[in-house]
Parts: sequence; structure tokens; C-alpha cells
Amino acid sequence: MATTIPQTETTQPSATDLSARFPGIVSADTRPGFKGWIVPKQNLLEVATVIRDELGYDLLSTVTGVDYFPDNKMEVVYHAYKTTGGPGLEFKVQVPREDPVEVPSLIDIWPGVDFQEREAWDLLGIRFTGHPDLRRILMWEGFHGHPLRKDWKEGFYEEEFKPFKSRWPSGQFYMAEDKNPYHDNLGFPPNFDPEKYIPEGDALVYGSLTRYSVKNEEGLSTDHIIVNMGPQHPSTHGVFRAALMLDGETIMSLKPVIGYLHRNHEKIGERNTFLLNMPYTDRLDYFNSMANNFGYALAVEKLMNIPVAERADYIRVIMAELTRVQNHIVFIGNLLNDLGAMYTPALYAFEERELILDIFEAVSGARMMCNYFRFGGVVRDVPDDVMQKIKDLVYERLPARTEEMDRFLTENEVLVSRLKGVHVIDGETAVKYSVTGPLLRAAGVPYDIRRADPYSIYDRFEFDVAMRTNGDLYDNYLIRLDEIWQSLRILQQAIKQIPKGPINSQKPQYQVRVPAGEAYGRIESPKGELGFYVISNGKPNPWRYHVRAPSFVNITPLEKICVGNKIADFVALFGVIDVVMGELDR
Amino acid sequence: MDKESLNLPGYDIPEDMQSAVAVTTLDRIYNWGRRSSVWPLMFGLACCAIEMIVAQTARFDLARFGMEVMRPPPRQSDLMIVAGTVTKKMVPAIVRLYNQMPEPKYVVAMGACASSGGPFKEGYNVVAGIDKFLPVDVYIPGCPPTPQALIAGLIKLQEKIDKQSIRNVRWYQKGPDSVEVPVPILGPDLIDPRRNPDIRETASRNEG
Repeated sequence: MATTIPQTETTQPSATDLSARFPGIVSADTRPGFKGWIVPKQNLLEVATVIRDELGYDLLSTVTGVDYFPDNKMEVVYHAYKTTGGPGLEFKVQVPREDPVEVPSLIDIWPGVDFQEREAWDLLGIRFTGHPDLRRILMWEGFHGHPLRKDWKEGFYEEEFKPFKSRWPSGQFYMAEDKNPYHDNLGFPPNFDPEKYIPEGDALVYGSLTRYSVKNEEGLSTDHIIVNMGPQHPSTHGVFRAALMLDGETIMSLKPVIGYLHRNHEKIGERNTFLLNMPYTDRLDYFNSMANNFGYALAVEKLMNIPVAERADYIRVIMAELTRVQNHIVFIGNLLNDLGAMYTPALYAFEERELILDIFEAVSGARMMCNYFRFGGVVRDVPDDVMQKIKDLVYERLPARTEEMDRFLTENEVLVSRLKGVHVIDGETAVKYSVTGPLLRAAGVPYDIRRADPYSIYDRFEFDVAMRTNGDLYDNYLIRLDEIWQSLRILQQAIKQIPKGPINSQKPQYQVRVPAGEAYGRIESPKGELGFYVISNGKPNPWRYHVRAPSFVNITPLEKICVGNKIADFVALFGVIDVVMGELDR
Repeated sequence: MDKESLNLPGYDIPEDMQSAVAVTTLDRIYNWGRRSSVWPLMFGLACCAIEMIVAQTARFDLARFGMEVMRPPPRQSDLMIVAGTVTKKMVPAIVRLYNQMPEPKYVVAMGACASSGGPFKEGYNVVAGIDKFLPVDVYIPGCPPTPQALIAGLIKLQEKIDKQSIRNVRWYQKGPDSVEVPVPILGPDLIDPRRNPDIRETASRNEG
């Protein structure tokens, strides 16, 4: 029954042969299991410009670093894609692992690398020369060390890899607090004196705001106002903080401050075994745990080169699309919250979400943290009565409720006057800033990975890529409704076509065997492109586990989006980006 | 609260006055007032916050317990539901919010992360439980706890309030508990000012 073979990436050899374009400069990555091109550091800017302008890879999806500690080198990995679709191009820069580790910044070519380069600096200590604002992003200024380096150890460090020997096979576990000299999750430099320490504080955050001075007609210089929103603010979505500079009510400059929910997914993920990471992915974007499972399963399946059971493929699509429907319904409810229609629309939205969560609970045992996907399939079958429930939802309840929402809200005078004409982002800027998902499609770029670079069995379904062209708040609202309708279309086809059969092509096992190599699995999550970059060295644990979170990359142009708008619209503008802090901070 | 549980036994109230008069203690009437209108701080950290929101919605309806009024400013709230992973970067803000809440104030640790660090305990930016900084009244297990579990935890909190007496609750006493919790500082790692001598001593012994 196992029919879908994971698509082998056609990056190489393909039409884009970088080594032919740059003979003697760019070479292919020949390590077994690896793809892409190795670019020397001094030629990076030149090669990247050609990749964007000549070869047409206009969307730089990810930038991340890898620490090859034993080989004493560091690598920066880039994945570029075309918004017109097709496979991607992967290129890398390798530098010796000696401080300072320096790589030229690509911020002038793809401004979307801004936050991702700051993240690589923060966590791996790779200094991007030419980056105008290379501050720490997830940790705070003054934190000791760069945590994702392989020789950096956290306070509760026990062993390099799980399962820890104290738990298995010996079974003699102890409290992590007992082993740490501070009896807590702490580590300080030798001879550190807390009483003499002067914290760095927020001077850098506020200092990074663009200063300006205005003189009014009488020659008096007027002052700007700095407003700090968050991290505890009723209408930002979770623990997000923004430092804003205002001229009256107009936003002049804005810096997001994130990391308040940085839960060290990547460090923990690199200690975990491959399967142990599955429940952690649930907690990335906690609205869409099924979608997160999907992306991670795809990445590891690509590495293992195993097929997915036919029935499981359909179950995956059904779950992923149900997730999308509930995400967008809740999005609309929350957007109305942000606009000041406190709670009533959200109550309606959560009512529908509950029904979808009932299905998740029936198949996986948990409402939110489903942990449902396995490599090669899913963990449990969908019983017939649950399938009937899904049918009822998809054919009757959800269309009726979506239409009701449409009827109540779309023409609503207050909503229209609040949303229409408030510009969010235009298509060209959005592509430059690596924005993906509904935000990009509302700006007139029909880029949907389900269509552009189909994964799983999305090539079997008929659906339209929803697109709107104005790129204002109203279009961002409408596109969510459009996408709900398209998801329902896919769901109806999937329910009709789903075959009987096994739900996993592999035997259930605790430890999977993953050959050495790298893989980048990406899906169209409800919020944008969700990618997992996994490197295996043949051991039971991933050597590198990186999450390309749509929320994180999509807020890169936040300052650009907000500058010139009124402070009252800030919450709505931030709301339509549809971020979830668990995924943003990881 | 019904008449039986409000009235003190042993007081004879004439039949015709029973519908209008009750004899009770100050503690009982005071606790009854507080437990029936616990206003939580509108404050969510992570995944658990979503289940906390769901507990407010139609299917679970926290309003049945007088807890539906989520207050954004700490000055108006009685209860802090720590819903989600407490990170080192966030904990100074949480402690500040707690200090700003007026007494009587309660803390509920919702979920595995807030109780002990949960699945993220080993993370370098994670505080292994909010009880390292704040006095927690009720721990709710789960990852995340279902709305039912949250409601069960809040009912436990009500039971706890019922048993308190103004004569000995800590916020009306002098003692270490009645002062504010010192706000932690973000240094090379998280510095808890209460532990300064201890940190200095261990760091001087530690060779790196």
C-alpha cells in the first residue's frame, strides 16, 4: 500500500549548476547525504546577487548556522526558493571555528535575513559583518556564551545525548538540582560577584530606535515619545514586547523585543533522539500541533528515505487542513478582539475550534498536543465514527458557520472602516523580507508551498491558491476566509478518496535508524512556511535541528509595516501577521 | 453559599427572621466574598494560556465560579494563573507583576512547566518552576491541563480560601512573606538577589 515515495530533491544536478557559473569558486557539497553548493566567504555577496538576480531565487527561506565542533569549523546554510515555484537552491559558507567567526551579512540582498542572522549570532556566535543591528535576539544582552555551540553546557547538563544513562538502562535517576553547584539551572563565570554586576538593561533596545528631531514653525524642537508595549500586554499575542517611538500618534520607529518564551527547542532537540522531538514540535505553534508534526515528519522521512503509507497520507492531509480551518477561524476571532470587539467573536470562534479539537482528542488522545505523526505514517487509525464526525463537520457545520461569520463580519461597517485601506505590506517588499503564508498571498503573490513545491499528496487535490491583491488589513482578513473555503474543498476530496489500509509503512519502534545527511522539510503551515532543517551523523540523535518558524521570519518587516501608521492600528497590524509566541521564540 | 454553611450552628434565630438574618463569623463572610469573586490577571505565557482562554469560553464557562473577569492590570486582580513556561528572560516581569498585585493575592501554577519546568526543564533559558520565586497556592498537573483540570484546580483554590482566617494569613503579618519578592536581575545568568552571597561563594570555588 505504500505508494508515495518522498520526493528526492532535485537541487543537484539541475539547471542551476552553480559550479559551472562560478568555475573554481563554487564547489558542490560532496559529503554523503548532503546537497547544495559551498561558496567561499569572500565570494558570498557576489554569488548571492547572481542567485537572486540571474537565477531568479527571489525568496530566501532560511539562514542558519551549524557547529561542526569536532572538525573545528562552522557553516552557515542558506535555502533559497523561487516564488514561482519549483525546488530550492541550497548554498553554504564554511568558516574556521576561531573567534571571531565572521561571515558577510546578506542583509543588502535579502533584507529578510535580519532576524535570522541575529539569531545565529545570538545562539551560535557567528558574527555577520555588515549587519547594521547585530544584537542578541532571543537571549538578553550580557548572557554568557552562545548556547547552541556544541561545547557550551547548560546548568542542568547531564549528558550529551538521550536517553541519559542514569534513566536507562541503570534507572538511577537523580534531581538535576543536586548535581549543579548552584542547586539550580544556573551557571556563572568564575569569581563572579552579583553585587558588583551592573546589568546592561534596555539601553541598547531603546538606543536602536531611529532618532529624529523635528522643529515646528516657531523653531521649537519637539520631542519624541518612547512607548514600551509588553511583554505583559492584554492584546499582544502572548509575551511579545515592542519598543515604539511616536510622533504624536504616528509610529516613527519600532523595535520588537522577543525571546520571552525562548524554550531552547533546538538545544533540547539536539540532545533528544529523533522520535523524542515529535512531542516537542507540538509545542512550537501550539494552535497547530498537527501541522508542526507534519513538517518534522517530512524532514526526517526525507533523511531516512522511507515511503508513507497511503492511508496515513490522507489522514495527515485531513488533520493538517482541519488545523488550518481552526487556526483561521480563531485568527478572525482574535483579530476582532484586537480591534476592540472584545471577546464575542472570539467566543464564536472557539466554539468551532472545540469541535475540531474533539476530533484531535479522539484520534490522538490529546486536545492540543497531539503527538500524532510518526515517521512513515501516523500513530493511530481514525475510527469510523470519528470519520463520520469529520464528515459532518466538513460538509455541514463548518461551511454553515464560515458563511455565518462571513455574513456577520465581512460587510460590517465598523469592521470595514477599521480594516480597509490600512496598508500592511506590498508584494515586492514581502518577498524581499522572506514573508510567507497568508500575509504574502494577501499582498498579491500566489505563493503556496502546497502548489509551488507540492509535498505529501497535495498534488492529487483540486484547490485554488487564495490570493488578494491590495495587501491591506481587509484583504488579510478576507484571505483567511478564502483559505477556509479552499481547505474545506481539500477536506471533502480527501474524505471521499481515503483508502483502507495500514497507517504506517514502518514497524513502530522507539529508536529510528537515520542515515547520515541533511534534509530540509517544509510545509505550508497556516502561518506560512514551516521548515525543519535536520542534520544526522548516523547516530540516534540529530546533530543539528533547526526550526524555520513562519512567525519568527514574518515579523522581520514589522517595523516597515508599522512605521507611518497610527499607534491605534499597531495591535491590528501585529495581529494580522498571526504570530504564536511558542513558535516565534522557540 | 447556602444558609446552612453561612450560619454558625448553635445560634437560635427565631423562625420568622431566618430568611433575613444570619449569624456568622467575620472569617466566613469575608472568605465567602473573596472566594466567589476571584479575578484572575489576564496573563498568559505559553500553550497553557490557550487552555486558560478556552476555560473562559462557552463550553467550560469559568463565569460559573465568579472568575470570568480577567483583569489586564495587576492592581485589579487577585489571582495570578502562571500559564506556561517561565523563562529566565520573563521572570523579572512576572515577579514585578506579582509585587504590583494588592493583597490578598494567590498564585496558581498551571501545567508542568510552571510547576517544575516540565518538558523544558533542562533548557538554558527556563526556570524550573515559578515556585522558585513566588509562593504557589495550587499546582495543576498536565501539559497542558485541560480546561476541566484548570477548573478543578481553581475549585481547590476556593477550598483553600474557605479555610483561611484573617488572623493568620501572611499578608496581614509581619515576616519575610509580607515583603515584596526581590526582582531577579538578568546578568550572565539569572541572578536572584536573595541568593547573592551564595552565588558569590560558589562562583569563587568554581574554576569555570
